[in-house]
Amino acid sequence: MAQVSLEGIRKVYPNGFQAVETTSFTIQDGEFVVLVGPSGCGKSTLLRMIAGLEDITEGTLKIGDRVVNDVDPADRDIAMVFQNYALYPHMTVRKNIGYGLKNRGTSTSEIDAKVQDAAKMLNLTEYLDRKPAQLSGGQRQRVAMGRAVVRDPSLFLFDEPLSNLDAKLRNQMRIEIKALQRRLGTTAVYVTHDQVEAMTMADRIIVLNAGRIEQIGTPSEIYHNPASTFVASFMGAPPMNLIDAQVEQGQVKINGYEGLMPASASNTGPVTLGIRPEDVVLDEQGAVPFRVDILEELGAHRLLHGDLGGQSFTVLIGKDHAAEIGETRVRLKPDALRLFDVESGKVL
Amino acid sequence: MADTTLETPVTVHRPRRIKWEAIGDHTILILGALLMMLPPLLALTTASHDAVTIHREGLQLTLGDDLGKNFNAAMFEKGGFTQTVDGTLMLMNSFILGIGFAVGKIVISMMAAYAIVYFRLRFATLAFWVIFTTLLLPLEVRILPSYEAIQKLGLTNTYTGLIVPLIASATGTFFFRQFFMSVPEELAEAARIDGAGPWKFFIDILVPLSRTMIAAIFIIMFVFGWNQYLWPTLITTDESFFTLVRGIKQIVLSYTDSQIPEHGQALALAIVAMIPPVAIVVFFQNWFVKGLTESDK
Repeated sequence: MAQVSLEGIRKVYPNGFQAVETTSFTIQDGEFVVLVGPSGCGKSTLLRMIAGLEDITEGTLKIGDRVVNDVDPADRDIAMVFQNYALYPHMTVRKNIGYGLKNRGTSTSEIDAKVQDAAKMLNLTEYLDRKPAQLSGGQRQRVAMGRAVVRDPSLFLFDEPLSNLDAKLRNQMRIEIKALQRRLGTTAVYVTHDQVEAMTMADRIIVLNAGRIEQIGTPSEIYHNPASTFVASFMGAPPMNLIDAQVEQGQVKINGYEGLMPASASNTGPVTLGIRPEDVVLDEQGAVPFRVDILEELGAHRLLHGDLGGQSFTVLIGKDHAAEIGETRVRLKPDALRLFDVESGKVL
Repeated sequence: MADTTLETPVTVHRPRRIKWEAIGDHTILILGALLMMLPPLLALTTASHDAVTIHREGLQLTLGDDLGKNFNAAMFEKGGFTQTVDGTLMLMNSFILGIGFAVGKIVISMMAAYAIVYFRLRFATLAFWVIFTTLLLPLEVRILPSYEAIQKLGLTNTYTGLIVPLIASATGTFFFRQFFMSVPEELAEAARIDGAGPWKFFIDILVPLSRTMIAAIFIIMFVFGWNQYLWPTLITTDESFFTLVRGIKQIVLSYTDSQIPEHGQALALAIVAMIPPVAIVVFFQNWFVKGLTESDK
């Protein structure tokens, strides 16, 4: 078990591209941390630096109490699960899982016992003598997991492990991975671009954008109090509504509609107003008119896409609420409103 | 079957449509096959006659009585200037050259490709293209300097001298490089995390993955090595190192004591010399095609 700390870590590729700006954070022992962000945001680079597959340009990386900047991946006491599983195609499941132990000089009988244990934990016992090509996607995923857990490492690293699976299997494996990590109590770093995975699996989420950390927080913090418009629009489906508004005389106004929420006078001027689609209520007495253009039926919910004060806007309502295309009015829950700086996108 | 008409309970005998196209295609193929078969067939029939007949009447189209005798003499009768060399010895030399040549080429080119693809060498790409340009410099072009080097090293009339100068292979390096580049990078990374060093990764992962590739290149190179003529002729003057391909002329067809050369035996040896390359291609055809087309990654 180990705590992982990054102190001033930075990555610049030989061609001068800065993949990760100077970042520092600490992952607690036993914590499940998800790095999430759009492609090219540096999340994989960060993970690969922790794994030792990528050199660290600057900064100090500690796993446990040990500085591991110059330690070989094999000696960092880590295990990694890759996006395409990276199973050895010519080896049976048994050999795939046991290969890391064999290279470390573990005795054959001990390897056997450990592989059996891992296989049992992952429901792979009957597939031990098959080759990866004879397994389904989910089973391959489990073999990759088995290869990671069998060595009982102090840190798991996951690089988008579920993105090659179909949606149903992805949901199932998501739960399995999370449960496994809970049971073993091993610290885990998980990279994904899927915000649902991030929200459901993480103890803490680190949102990255363009090589920079936008926000670190629990899923609930990230969802309800996004630190920037980027986080607000990236996390959550459908994303948070972000519309132009003004602060005048201590009040937030959208295109002249007032009485939404009080705001501190220091923010007077244009702001970006954010509100989650589910925090908007259809109300004939509401303060703001809303024109519904498109109605999306999702079963449990309905999504109303339309126009609010000349800007596109989405409202999410429960299945029991009536809704139809056309003009209506909405009320915005005052405590769900978030204000962001127009220039920097940072929360005010 | 091209015949798609539905079967009716009432059996009507309809003449099957003749597909002239198919017949035309097959005629061409059969004629081509016969044309290719003719020389070895002629060699076989001619080899069944005695030397006098062949010398007087030329190639024979019918089977004679001396087939067994000629083969027996060609394989087991000592001949040559020293009267110590027979067909079996030359056959063995040919195998040593063919296998040594193929194995050497595979080992060297695999290791070269491994270095080029997996290690961050300075100028790795340049090194590869330099290796690649040696395709333009086959042995025949650099035969004099090669001979001089081997001669100065005192390696004439040795198996080492016969094989080693031939095993550097741009073709093999190229094939293995292309194959290694198609192996997913994560496999190397997973192996690294699993504690496999460069050597273990090569032996445990890359070599088994390259099985079909190795087999395909082995076949090509074995046949190529087996058929070497110029280099063995230069480098071996000691008859006990003669290979079949060059020995046929030197050992059996020598005019000694104003005798008629043993044409029958020479043709028998020529057939023996043809069998291993043909056999290896026939038996390993599947591997060959698999190696060059599929890859099980």
